[in-house]
Amino acid sequence: MSGPVRHLYVHLPFCAHRCGYCDFVTLVGRRQGHGAYVDGLLAELELERALLADPVETVFLGGGTPTFTEPAALGRLLRALPPAAEVTVEANPETVTPALAQMLREGGVTRISLGAQSFQPRLLSLLERRAGPADVRAAVHTLRGACFDNISLDLVYGIPGQTPAELARDLVEALALEPEHLSCYELEAKPGTRFTHRYGSELERQAEALEGYFEQVVETLTGAGYRWYETASFCRRAEDAAGRDLRARHNLGYWLGREYLGLGIGAVSTVGGLRWRNAPRLAGYLEALATGETPPREVEELPALVREQERLLLGLRLDRGIELAGVRGALDRGALARLEDGGLARISLEAGSERVELTHRGRFLGGGVAAELIA
Amino acid sequence: MPQDRIRNFSIIAHIDHGKSTLADRILEVTETVSGRDMRAQLLDSMDLERERGITIKAQAVRVQWKGHQLNLIDTPGHVDFTYEVSRSLQACEGALLVVDAAQGIEAQTLANAYLAIENDLEIVPIVNKIDLPQADPDGVAAEVAELVGENAARVVRISAKTGEGVADVLDAIIERVPAPGGDPAAPARALIFDSSYDQYRGVVAFVRVVDGSFTTREPLRAMALGTRFEAEEIGFLSPTLRPTRTISAGEVGYVVTGLKDVARLRVGDTLTAEGRPASEPLPGYKDVKPMVFAGLFPTDSDDYPNLRDALERLKLNDGSLFYEPETSQALGFGFRCGFLGLLHMEIVRERLEREFDLDLLVTAPNVAYRVETPTGQLVEVHNPSEMPLEIERVEEPYIRASVIVPKEYVGAVMELCNDRRGSFDHMEYLSEARVLLVYELPLAEIVLDFYDQLKSRTRGYASFDYDISGFREGALTRVDILIAGEPVDALSLIIHRDGAYARGKALVERLQKEIPRQFFDVPVQAAIGSRVIARETIKAKRKDVLAKCYGGDITRKRKLLEKQKAGKKRMKQVGAVEVPQEAFLAVLNLREGGG
Repeated sequence: MSGPVRHLYVHLPFCAHRCGYCDFVTLVGRRQGHGAYVDGLLAELELERALLADPVETVFLGGGTPTFTEPAALGRLLRALPPAAEVTVEANPETVTPALAQMLREGGVTRISLGAQSFQPRLLSLLERRAGPADVRAAVHTLRGACFDNISLDLVYGIPGQTPAELARDLVEALALEPEHLSCYELEAKPGTRFTHRYGSELERQAEALEGYFEQVVETLTGAGYRWYETASFCRRAEDAAGRDLRARHNLGYWLGREYLGLGIGAVSTVGGLRWRNAPRLAGYLEALATGETPPREVEELPALVREQERLLLGLRLDRGIELAGVRGALDRGALARLEDGGLARISLEAGSERVELTHRGRFLGGGVAAELIA
Repeated sequence: MPQDRIRNFSIIAHIDHGKSTLADRILEVTETVSGRDMRAQLLDSMDLERERGITIKAQAVRVQWKGHQLNLIDTPGHVDFTYEVSRSLQACEGALLVVDAAQGIEAQTLANAYLAIENDLEIVPIVNKIDLPQADPDGVAAEVAELVGENAARVVRISAKTGEGVADVLDAIIERVPAPGGDPAAPARALIFDSSYDQYRGVVAFVRVVDGSFTTREPLRAMALGTRFEAEEIGFLSPTLRPTRTISAGEVGYVVTGLKDVARLRVGDTLTAEGRPASEPLPGYKDVKPMVFAGLFPTDSDDYPNLRDALERLKLNDGSLFYEPETSQALGFGFRCGFLGLLHMEIVRERLEREFDLDLLVTAPNVAYRVETPTGQLVEVHNPSEMPLEIERVEEPYIRASVIVPKEYVGAVMELCNDRRGSFDHMEYLSEARVLLVYELPLAEIVLDFYDQLKSRTRGYASFDYDISGFREGALTRVDILIAGEPVDALSLIIHRDGAYARGKALVERLQKEIPRQFFDVPVQAAIGSRVIARETIKAKRKDVLAKCYGGDITRKRKLLEKQKAGKKRMKQVGAVEVPQEAFLAVLNLREGGG
């Protein structure tokens, strides 16, 4: 008997060091505890296994720094996870060795998301990243050597003091590595981080200047032949990649409003009309699972209308938008008509079904446009 | 009570000089109220009055002292209520002029003293707060004696707080204030010097009987308005309502009229008996006209009926409040309200917000204009957006402003008055250190922030009072504000032609900052007729996205968008542009920090 959930997320919180801007659930060091945590993950997996489809479609190991996890524990986890068409692992460049790459291959990993962030040593040190530009290049070569043919690079822009020329150089350097996929984020000053404490006001001051950076990223990457398929995500076009669809399938699951199961501390799941988030405390998580209980969770009910609103706001992030049929109840048709007149949104017809999507300019304003479109 | 044993008096003072405290003490010393029942500042019955330390509505209390009936008629203490002050004074033969021993004479001391002199009242000068360490009783007594033309030795020195000297005040009232005149045998006449509204009994008039007498159940008539009613109850306050059969010449009391419409009985009118009516009303009735106008709009348009009900109820107790429905394209349904002055506006607004729990948007205030069109038609304009474009001539109200300041601030005050189109009338030294400056100023120049500016430029030392001195022609013009090409009625203003360009420019710059950037470029223009005099552009947003969004972020992102959506709801829609409500107040503080 198999369940409905086709996307599985596994959170590996361990890091060698917590970067100043990070607000994820992370734990620094504690290598001797990694094995016990993996035991916890596997116990949680057993508790929830009935929710998973057989086979699942995607598995995503995020962090933290999954590749900082002690290798024996990581290997054990990979072997125990259900096989999937796409298995992604997030990696920090400085952790990528030939042995690690080999182990990931053997563990069924098909895709690596590499946290490059920038190629400028000055900006990397400001972000408190440990890897230098050479580490990023070396990591990509190592991964290619282990026959990884689906590599994504993460880039961050809008770092305090970053000039447009520095951003341009970052983009050139990233493109030189010919990644299949790029995720480019504007640096967010998240509340409560060291970084925001130190640079928050500076980021606010440069907010208006930063508006041009997003355009620069989109223009450069689409100019280099990448498809801007999601607000912050770019992939090589299928026609340039032997017909392969290089969009991140796991993340597409989120953007299409599908159900997903998240394992580990701080991980979020959305199944049926519920969303739950595991508590971030490690001890509580392990204690509960050791006695066969589900870990402490915060549960949120998602009424049908809220699910539709979410499908709408997520779907509008995609270049192909979202099928109108699934979001009718959440859509303000009057607002849609106004935005159509303003050249920001449109209805398109594909294979006989109507889709609502944003225009090129509308996608730059996607947040405000979505706020307007939600009834 | 024989007429020669009656004394009618008021207390007049600058704000905070101790008028209410003295009134309380008089009630105590005469044993009108016991100390235990004493609520501080008993005469001020509204919360707001106590908080602001001012008295809005006059009332009258009867006390007994050494075989005499003393009637204390309370007066409002602020410039906006000059008409009411003068009606109260008209009901008296004497006035206690109270001056703070530490502060000396202030602008309202002067204004009220002049009013008392005009009404031929016997003034009993009093220096209060002599117990304060920084008090200068001799210096201030000399100042006051000089002002009222008295011997400084006759200035009564008291501390209303401790009660010291209060009995002397009561003795001085009996000795110095003349007994009321009037003919007890003549047809009855009484001056209405105040009124209030009781939910069950209708309008209650407070009156001073001048001739004859009034009896319960007698049919009465208000002479100016012609309103007829029966006196359901007659009595006096001491300090609560005490019904009695008759009140006679010289006495002060109340009349329960049963009238349900406050507009039918006005302060200043004369009551007479239908059975044996007087032929001439008492002098002095004047229809007070509001001079300051502003639009009041509910922040939430669903509150419109509540605002209407609240205004109706306020009007019952405040005959000088004027309102009529107003529809603004930008702000929706609301009311254009007329006030006697700025404080009156502030009080009405606070009462609406506090007593009726309404969230209001109040537009920038403007004054009443008298306009003559080229066809010779005369119109009074209360709202800038109604100002005709074709104008033959416009008149605006002027005030005569008295400002008292320490002499080192004379230059600063003159500069401010000159900036505001003021013309200098005269200046006099009240003492070596303090100067009275008298200016003629357009009321429009003071309705926005004159008082704040005056305070800040004189470090709070200036005191200010004004009287409406009439209407004068002015080179005035209407400036319209256009957002994305659409005129925004709520932002139109009427200003002097010389200042139009600078004000239009400043307003447009301010709006550019206040209105958030939209999806499109939004031009903001100031125009006189079809001629644009200033323009700014609100540049379109180039980016408005939530950077990344994965499984763990969705709830947070959804809530962010909901918040963004809720924020939009508070905006007012001007064409395709969302304008925050705060932007409509931009015109209010245009001059912040400058001249």
